[in-house]
Amino acid sequence: MQPKEYDVVVMGAGIAGAMIARALSRYRLRVALVDRANDVGTGASCANSAILHSGHDPSPGSLKAEMNRRGNELWHDLVHELEVGHRWTGAMIIALGEEQLPGLEKLLARGTENQILGLEIISRAEVLRREPLLTPDVSGALWTPTAGVIDPFGGTVAAAENAVTNGVSLFLNAEIHDAVVSDGALVAVQTTAGEFRARWFINALGVHADDFMHLVGDRPDFAITARRGEYFIFDPNRVQVQNVLFPMPTDKGKGILVSTTAHGNTFVGPNAEEVADKEDTTATRDGMAEILEGGRRLIPSLESRDIIAGFSGVRATGNANRDFVIEISAAVGGLLNVAGIESPGYVSAPAIAERVEGLLRDAGLEMVVKPEWNPHRNARPAFKELNHEQRSDLIRRNPNYGRIVCRCENVTEGEIVDAIHSPVPARDYDAIKRRCWLGTGRCQGSFDYPRVMEILSRELDVPMTAVTKKGPGSEFLARTTKG
Amino acid sequence: MTCDTSYDVIVIGGGPAGLAAALSARAEGNVRVLLIERNDSLGGILPQCIHNGFGAVIFGNDLPGPEYAYRYQEQVEAADIDVMLDTMVMDLTPERDLYAMNATHGYLHFRPRSIILAMGCRERTRAQIRLPGSRCAGVYTAGTVQRLVNIEGYMPGRRFLILGSGDIGMIMARRLTIEGAEVVGVLELLPFLTGLRRNFVQCLQDYDIPLHLSTTVSNIIGGQRLEAVETVRVDEELQPIPGSTKRIECDSLLLSVGLIPENELSLKAGVHLDSRTGGPLVDSTMATNVPGIYAAGNVTSIYDLVDYVSKAGEVAGRHAARYAGAAGTARGGDAVEATVAMRPGQNVGTVIPQQVRIDTTGREEVTLMLRPNALIERKVSVEVWDGDRPIISFRENYSRPAEMMVHTLRAKQMQALAEANERELTVVIQ
Amino acid sequence: MSTYEQIPGDTDHGASDEGGNERSIICLRCPRGCEISTTLDGYGGIVEIFGNVCKLGRDYVEAEIADPRRILPTSVRVRGGERPLVPVWTPKPIPKGRLLDLARATRGIELEAPVAVGQVVIENWEDLGVDLVTSGAVRRV
Ligand SMILES: Cc1cc2nc3c(=O)[nH]c(=O)nc-3n(C[C@H](O)[C@H](O)[C@H](O)COP(=O)(O)OP(=O)(O)OC[C@H]3O[C@@H](n4cnc5c(N)ncnc54)[C@H](O)[C@@H]3O)c2cc1C
Ligand SMILES: Cc1cc2nc3c(=O)[nH]c(=O)nc-3n(C[C@H](O)[C@H](O)[C@H](O)COP(=O)(O)OP(=O)(O)OC[C@H]3O[C@@H](n4cnc5c(N)ncnc54)[C@H](O)[C@@H]3O)c2cc1C
Ligand code: SF4
Repeated sequence: MQPKEYDVVVMGAGIAGAMIARALSRYRLRVALVDRANDVGTGASCANSAILHSGHDPSPGSLKAEMNRRGNELWHDLVHELEVGHRWTGAMIIALGEEQLPGLEKLLARGTENQILGLEIISRAEVLRREPLLTPDVSGALWTPTAGVIDPFGGTVAAAENAVTNGVSLFLNAEIHDAVVSDGALVAVQTTAGEFRARWFINALGVHADDFMHLVGDRPDFAITARRGEYFIFDPNRVQVQNVLFPMPTDKGKGILVSTTAHGNTFVGPNAEEVADKEDTTATRDGMAEILEGGRRLIPSLESRDIIAGFSGVRATGNANRDFVIEISAAVGGLLNVAGIESPGYVSAPAIAERVEGLLRDAGLEMVVKPEWNPHRNARPAFKELNHEQRSDLIRRNPNYGRIVCRCENVTEGEIVDAIHSPVPARDYDAIKRRCWLGTGRCQGSFDYPRVMEILSRELDVPMTAVTKKGPGSEFLARTTKG
Repeated sequence: MTCDTSYDVIVIGGGPAGLAAALSARAEGNVRVLLIERNDSLGGILPQCIHNGFGAVIFGNDLPGPEYAYRYQEQVEAADIDVMLDTMVMDLTPERDLYAMNATHGYLHFRPRSIILAMGCRERTRAQIRLPGSRCAGVYTAGTVQRLVNIEGYMPGRRFLILGSGDIGMIMARRLTIEGAEVVGVLELLPFLTGLRRNFVQCLQDYDIPLHLSTTVSNIIGGQRLEAVETVRVDEELQPIPGSTKRIECDSLLLSVGLIPENELSLKAGVHLDSRTGGPLVDSTMATNVPGIYAAGNVTSIYDLVDYVSKAGEVAGRHAARYAGAAGTARGGDAVEATVAMRPGQNVGTVIPQQVRIDTTGREEVTLMLRPNALIERKVSVEVWDGDRPIISFRENYSRPAEMMVHTLRAKQMQALAEANERELTVVIQ
Repeated sequence: MSTYEQIPGDTDHGASDEGGNERSIICLRCPRGCEISTTLDGYGGIVEIFGNVCKLGRDYVEAEIADPRRILPTSVRVRGGERPLVPVWTPKPIPKGRLLDLARATRGIELEAPVAVGQVVIENWEDLGVDLVTSGAVRRV
């Protein structure tokens, strides 16, 4: 296979890689975005709390603090530019009992040091007024008005789509397994989809960023620990919190929170468990119990029977003061590492991209703005969100919108077909799920599987037996009934 | 969007409940009936239930599901009933504003005089029973597999393990075996079979498929596709017994872990649900609390025999049509006549209907459907208590959670209800 | 881990004290599924029977001992139809030991749409006096 030549290869298409690729798509550069999965955003970026933190929490002076504050600021425009589902809900850090009240003052001081605007300590009565389902043990809260919630799948997909529309080449099912270092500089990476040569390589490989560094002999002391976090989503007909509710943070982290999603479901999580296998996103019995218990400390009425779904993600916790690492490698030329991007990595991603852009410019990469660059990405219609008249119009224009495939979330065939033919095509069930939220309601896809398989098979022009849940190896069907 | 007010009765759902309801509503006289079905054909779940076991009560014959459905479909097609297929009801208000949509007509707005909810049920899923493990391909609900194998024509795997000993799980175990797949076993969390014994014999024993009671899934293993399942035995408290874990190699796990009435629309219309059945609270005319809205079939409670679903549909259809005819005098859901509530007591899980209308004229037959929640393998006495005294009692040969008890009230029993002191009676099995 | 014992199923208890053979059989005639216990003489004749609620149960047990039969529900392929398969069944039961043979035999069959309910697909399969008949319809497209 002929090696592919680029100016910049962005390795890893999570929110960080996608935002970086989008930022670079603004310039006359040949940029490739490479990921091993069958879709973008299948790593940490698709299984997290999806909170656009205000930035009150990271240690003052850290890169995390800076990236978080700036990222939050950027997202306020980006959600419109990229048309990503979101809600600027604000967030409350809840103190329980008198003994936790002094903690709020400390958080407020830290947040002020981090230059976060609008922080305010609010009274018990006010907290309960805003969230009546909270435990009566609540004694007060820190209110952070600039926080919000985002559709985490939508954000990565939107950034990647915008990058692709602006000329970035996306390569999926391209697992990076080797690298070529020549005269102290990284010149090529080898993937299951061939070799990529470039002047610059951006390492945004999530939990595997350290593995890549070690592969090319960079920072052997730096290591990423995978810490799994599990979540549950509740039936919106049964429980609905209106806010983002954090417990008081501990040394271990931000704790088990209860929050509304961008779509208005309620979810609870995450716990934090170190896992040996960095891909280990399995759900565990103990984890489930821990989360429910944690969630009930804030919202006592959470019932396990109202759970409609669970998921889990793995944090990439780096050992460099637990801060983000965003730097040009000192050991190997042509490499820029974006590593240890644990929470609040999602909200920070646009700021990370901005920083990467600056680092590359400072390092001498010529960056000429393309006049045709279009920062705007149009969201596809989401049938569920339309009113009766708008739905009627849409069906008249395209009858595919008149066929509901997922009856819980009211996802239509039109939306699925759109997703399959979008700039970053959805090519498997999970990819469609991430774009259209189908199968995320009460029936969890059990009803729509057969229909979605049919649509995928038809639109991708592959046999039914080649349709997958999440890329090669995850085929749904073994053979025909009479085969 | 103009509002079509020309229909007397609209039936939502074209399964056995909806088909029977549409027919009986139409039979009431000059009634305009519209049946709306989401799928491209009528019959509800039945076209995929290709096993026999349907129709013993109504047709005196042990028919396969599709044939049972076909007999009703033929009648509906012959009757003057409008049918809209491929059409989904999206919204419903307490004022009976009904919004539906399809690809040909777009968005539609109706306001009929009465409505029958016959949306059936959906399956419980992996998340609802919180199965731990990997989120790989290869974990399916039994109903999805039934649809894939019997309607779409695809086998989702080669080596299957089934969780849940209900009828659907056992029927699918046999079905997959007949199609040449290997079924390595059926697991049941409870210490007893939850489906019918006949299905245990004719679906599992006949095909040498092992059943493991007091056993459940403790882990799902696999990267992209399922590779193995870890099972564990449980004690009387249903807690895992340490050291009893086993690994079973399989590429598919089927979940047959229960059905839940489909009531998204009912809730939108302000219909009150019974937390035990998960379906609308209905009276003996199948009326809900919302005037003019009726419900029948699996939407009200999970039935095990389709024949009684059809019968409930008939009752709902008849009364919905009468309500439509009498619109203005508004009887329907209004508690004009005296009613008594039926509460499940000892050993009783659910009772349908939850309210009985007192009618001592003998014109209306009232049938109680009880779902026992205790397994008692001897003759039992079913009693209806009025405060501290039983006012109705009848015998049943046994009490099994897998089988509903069906009892049609006799005139004397209706009289006893009419004379009851309390408005709330308790039904017990002893 | 197999726990058949806890469920009343068809079991052969082996020789009884009187030299006969004891068996429990679940009657499949109706959903009640009576658990019927019988003692057989050396030639398969019923010496003793109890547990059946109605007379059908005795008939069932006699048949089950002499020639156990079951109904086979399955499907066959359809060409040119709106669906790829049509459900079929044997309205009369076939010998239990032949169920999978018939299932295999159906695999090669392909009907031409349209297919009606009640269409005979195989007549008198292997002279067993049992037909394979459709239980659903498939329209032509
Ligand atoms: C439980 C949890 C809760 C969180 N909550 C929040 C929150 O509320 N707010 C917030 O801002 N952040 C939160 N985060 C953090 C946030 O999710 C992450 O920081 C962010 O998603 C990281 O993005 P990324 O692009 O660096 O990594 P990823 O999304 O993991 O992307 C890395 C990509 O690299 C690819 N890849 C890996 N190895 C290879 C290879 N060899 N070849 C090719 N491709 C490869 C992967 O397929 C993947 O797509 C949370 C994280 C977790 C786990
Ligand atoms: C696998 C299985 C095996 C069974 N085996 C037997 C057996 O052997 N013997 C027996 O007697 N019974 C059996 N049953 C039970 C019997 O099939 C059911 O009780 C019966 O089908 C319920 O009928 P229903 O009309 O209430 O619901 P369904 O058959 O589920 O029909 C509901 C219909 O409503 C439609 N609908 C739902 N929502 C909407 C909407 N918003 N707009 C438009 N349409 C909508 C659905 O598409 C569906 O067609 C079995 C059931 C299952 C699932
Ligand atoms: S013996 Fe009679 S009642 Fe008992 S299962 Fe057989 S047919 Fe039914």
